[in-house]
Amino acid sequence: MKIVGKGIGKIDGMAIATGKPVYTDDLVMANALVIKLLRSPHAFAKIIAIDITKAEKIPGVACILTYKDVPNVRFTVAGQSYPEPSPYDRLILEKIVRYVGDEVAIIAAVDERAAIKAMKLIKVEYEVYEPVLDFETAKGHASVVHPETDLHCNFDIGMKQQLNVTSSQYLEVGNVEEELKACAVVVEDTNYIQAQAHCMMETYRAFSYLDHAGRLVVVSSTQIPFHVRRKLARSLEIPSSKVRVIKPRIGGGFGGKQTVVMEFFTALVTLKTGKPAKLIYDREETFSCSNSRHAMRLKVRIGADTDGYIRAIDIQGLSDTGAYGEHASTVFMVVGQKTLPLYNKTNAVRFMGDVVYTNKMPGGAFRGYGATQGTFGLEAAINKLADKLNMDPTELRLKNLIKAGESSLISQGKLLGSSTLHQCIEKGKELIGWAEKYPKPVVIGNKVRAVGMAVTMQGSGIANIDTASAEVRLNDDGNYTLLIGSTDMGTGSDTILAQMAAEILETDVEKIIVNASDTDVSPYDPGSYASSTTYVTGMAVVKAAEELRQKIIEKGAAFLEVLATEVEFDGKVVRTLTGEKELSLEKLAERMVLGLGKLQLVGNGTYGSPVSPPPYVAGFAEVEVDTDTGKVSLIDYVAVVDCGTVINPNLARIQVEGGIVQGIGMALYEDVRYGEKGKLHTNNFMQYKIPCRKDIGRIRVVFEESFEPTGPFGAKSVGEVVTNTPAPAIVHAVYNAVGVRINRLPITPEKVFLGLQYKK
Amino acid sequence: MEIEVILNHKPVTLTAEKDEFLADVLRRHGLLSIRKGCNTACCGLCTVWLEGKPTLSCNILAIRATGKEIITIEGIAEEADEFANILVAEGAEQCGFCSPGFIMTVIAMKKELENPSEAEIVHYLTGNLCRCTGYMGQLRAVKTYLEVK
Amino acid sequence: MFTLLDLMQPSTIDEAYQLLMAKRNNTVLGGCAFLRLGSSRIGTGIELSKLPLDYIMEQEDYIEIGAMTTFRELETSTVLKQYFNGILPQAVSNIIGVQFRNVVTVGASVFSRYGFSDLITALLTLDTEVELYKGGRMPLAEFLVKKYEKDLLTRVFIKKEQRIASYQNMRNSASDFPLVNVAVSCYQNQWRIVAGATPAPAKIAKRASLLLEKNLAIDDAADLAVEELVFGSNARATAEYRKAICKVLIKRGIEEVLQWR
Repeated sequence: MKIVGKGIGKIDGMAIATGKPVYTDDLVMANALVIKLLRSPHAFAKIIAIDITKAEKIPGVACILTYKDVPNVRFTVAGQSYPEPSPYDRLILEKIVRYVGDEVAIIAAVDERAAIKAMKLIKVEYEVYEPVLDFETAKGHASVVHPETDLHCNFDIGMKQQLNVTSSQYLEVGNVEEELKACAVVVEDTNYIQAQAHCMMETYRAFSYLDHAGRLVVVSSTQIPFHVRRKLARSLEIPSSKVRVIKPRIGGGFGGKQTVVMEFFTALVTLKTGKPAKLIYDREETFSCSNSRHAMRLKVRIGADTDGYIRAIDIQGLSDTGAYGEHASTVFMVVGQKTLPLYNKTNAVRFMGDVVYTNKMPGGAFRGYGATQGTFGLEAAINKLADKLNMDPTELRLKNLIKAGESSLISQGKLLGSSTLHQCIEKGKELIGWAEKYPKPVVIGNKVRAVGMAVTMQGSGIANIDTASAEVRLNDDGNYTLLIGSTDMGTGSDTILAQMAAEILETDVEKIIVNASDTDVSPYDPGSYASSTTYVTGMAVVKAAEELRQKIIEKGAAFLEVLATEVEFDGKVVRTLTGEKELSLEKLAERMVLGLGKLQLVGNGTYGSPVSPPPYVAGFAEVEVDTDTGKVSLIDYVAVVDCGTVINPNLARIQVEGGIVQGIGMALYEDVRYGEKGKLHTNNFMQYKIPCRKDIGRIRVVFEESFEPTGPFGAKSVGEVVTNTPAPAIVHAVYNAVGVRINRLPITPEKVFLGLQYKK
Repeated sequence: MEIEVILNHKPVTLTAEKDEFLADVLRRHGLLSIRKGCNTACCGLCTVWLEGKPTLSCNILAIRATGKEIITIEGIAEEADEFANILVAEGAEQCGFCSPGFIMTVIAMKKELENPSEAEIVHYLTGNLCRCTGYMGQLRAVKTYLEVK
Repeated sequence: MFTLLDLMQPSTIDEAYQLLMAKRNNTVLGGCAFLRLGSSRIGTGIELSKLPLDYIMEQEDYIEIGAMTTFRELETSTVLKQYFNGILPQAVSNIIGVQFRNVVTVGASVFSRYGFSDLITALLTLDTEVELYKGGRMPLAEFLVKKYEKDLLTRVFIKKEQRIASYQNMRNSASDFPLVNVAVSCYQNQWRIVAGATPAPAKIAKRASLLLEKNLAIDDAADLAVEELVFGSNARATAEYRKAICKVLIKRGIEEVLQWR
């Protein structure tokens, strides 16, 4: 392969690195109204009265909107394909506010100063309710977070509104309780995973305006333009054909932007005033008024026989979806879907539990999407089992993990298409020095070093749901335009999709114009989430490029007056096999758009897969624990990754490194703290510490390529799976070092210290 | 309020409110490479050179820059491109939002430190947060850049 | 974010002081890092960058530091690296980042008596005096406990003596606030054990320091120190943990000083 598999630089790399004005706030017109949002100071309350008369008089105020000014149509803000498995539990503005920060009024003014001045003059009278703040006591709480009668679910997700249960799930194959009874060894482990914040560097922002045809145009830092369009149409009660959503360059997402967080507000202001309007969330709003990872409690029981074969896995979960349920049932479902297939020597497996509403900021989509939490719960228990069996944790895994060609109890008969997970484990062991370092920790004075490990799987797109289309067009000058709807948020997906098209068309990436993420122009794409872009959009691009290539050959042959089977195409020239006649691509392109050809050549592809081939990671951590203080330092981290064929090694490697550091943050540094009345205290970078450069040790990444037959060039995905192993591997390493098992993330020095004291 | 500064090597008059910080004033003046990533002076995205020193423009009152020399990445295009090329070759610009501030700090470091060790490089760059790359690719790019010089 | 009605840049210290005292809500603008986090409504903001207060000077008996000196200047000062085992550069080196340290000033940090301050803990273990425009020159220890009074901190003086000093701290993330910090120094067998971020501002553990002078029972001194200091709980740590870690850091501090002696 000439281009696929090469670490070429991103097509937008230089522009974004050197600060060119290509992000949302750089593109907004100078006279756009500035929007500020008045937010609830209470975790759960009803607005009794809201008085905007003084505020409206402030010079420069264009409009102030409250719940009285919005359509009474409930919707979901979930970035998911229709029909969404999410409750339609939102109004743009509502009389009831359900978390500290929930929107109360929209203020639009000529500048920020006027908007803030006006905001301070709005008088709101609240009836304050007792908030539901602890997800472990939410079910059946006296306060009902969503009492409304017009809440709608597209289908049954197990909601019990009056009990604050957003979704109740039960999946069992075989009889787990009986199987556990029959097992020689059973372990149980309960873990708490925190509501990690995305902390993407570009906060949420959007602007909107009415174009020359009176249509609403929204430019947003979003991962889901098509979903945004659909939801704006529904919630604002305007035809979808009157809405256009564009995603420019954006500064990261990690799933946070897989939700329609705030585009309603700019859209509403533009519709009401006829003027362009912009809204930029500051960092505090981004932390506390958008969405986060779902905090969860997972109780895992695993049963094995004396030979070390795992015969039963039971995962019982409780998930906190906060005030609204957009990603409640789907994230929770993934907890079981992306854990139970791993160990396939089981006779019985079960995943069950509830997702509850609470009066906190909603849980949303965050890289890993339930698999992260599930991996933590499962791998912690597996490591505990290895201990109890007196078996090397890597041996336990090698013995029980699924291999290519095999199936699992929840795979519905489908066979695993590709996996090098076993080789990943062997390679990781070698790199970290597992044989020398496990199980004996190394003690030097008050410092103890030890290793730990974990494995994980994810998916590549959502089977039977994620469907993407792509179009490749041959332009009059012999160049190509690749039209896609996927959303490059810095990952480089625009670039790798161009690499795929270039490979098939045997041309250079420079000859491909990539046009993406504009609902007026792009073929339909759900957006970049669920690790779908490389795999699903990629296959659509492959199909489109192959179709175009075939058309070039056919039309070229026709011009050369031979059969299509009698020519070859090398990307530059269509030539007869005998070599006698040839036609350059440029000439062909020129002819096709003019009188001679009368058909501009276009290739289309649409792809949706019946499978979601899992990528895998084997993660190994080496830590050093200071037994005097409990401080854990990460010395070394090795990740061996099976993402199928690696399309762009540089970009793939950075995805892994970035995901690992997010996982390290979840493991060691990112603590979520709420006040008594439900206000989020960790709402800035001073209080919520994402890892800085000094907080990580050495990180080493190796790819063990498998070949996925259903994927473009054999590729699967890499975007999410990379976040899941650090937390369980580091917890394992700490346990191996000092015998302290941390069950509540993040690991802090104080928790380790207390654990050490307790042991004494 | 009008403030006279030397912006990217040219004398310029900036208009600002009394309580406005430099980052907002510069953006309004058209220097859109300046990003604000936080409210607490923690992320480093807004880094500019004030009298040659890497400084958080979000935390300098515009008036404090009176008569002083301000350099943004727009003002050192050639130098910035040189390092940016290496960063892009490594794949380490990712979403790019932290990159201009990062590049300003890297080039300031190159001017200030002589033959820094890896620990010194990491120390100098600690105030530049990044959520996409995991820092390793950025470090590889910096090492390549410093060796080249 | 604060608001202000007016902003002045005085060119003399006296002018600055007069402005400061003219109205109750007139406020000095130092680095502004922490002022920005609040929502003060300032009358006249008094911007000090025109005053000749940005310097580190080695005098005969003292090192003199102007109030507008930045933390980064402290960190890179060749003078400060030479004295007291470089405790001052070391103490500030972990605060957020280089660009942040190019903004925050010595005067603002010391005058504000921040509990989490690394600088104050390090200064307190040395023979440090501060000079206030109205209040005059006084030992740092005295300034830290005196009743709050509006004033202008102009200079910090550190006595030049062969004092051996060690700085210790506990942070989770490397660029975070400290959970607790410690500075230990010794000069002519006079020890001074200081702990800060307890979460209260730095204090000297006097009895423990005296104990060390009598005999070098490190464990006993550390034990006594944490008994005489007061620890509190907050989001970052509990009082019990702070106390336990403080003991460890004090021991490490004493051992390091002994090593260098």
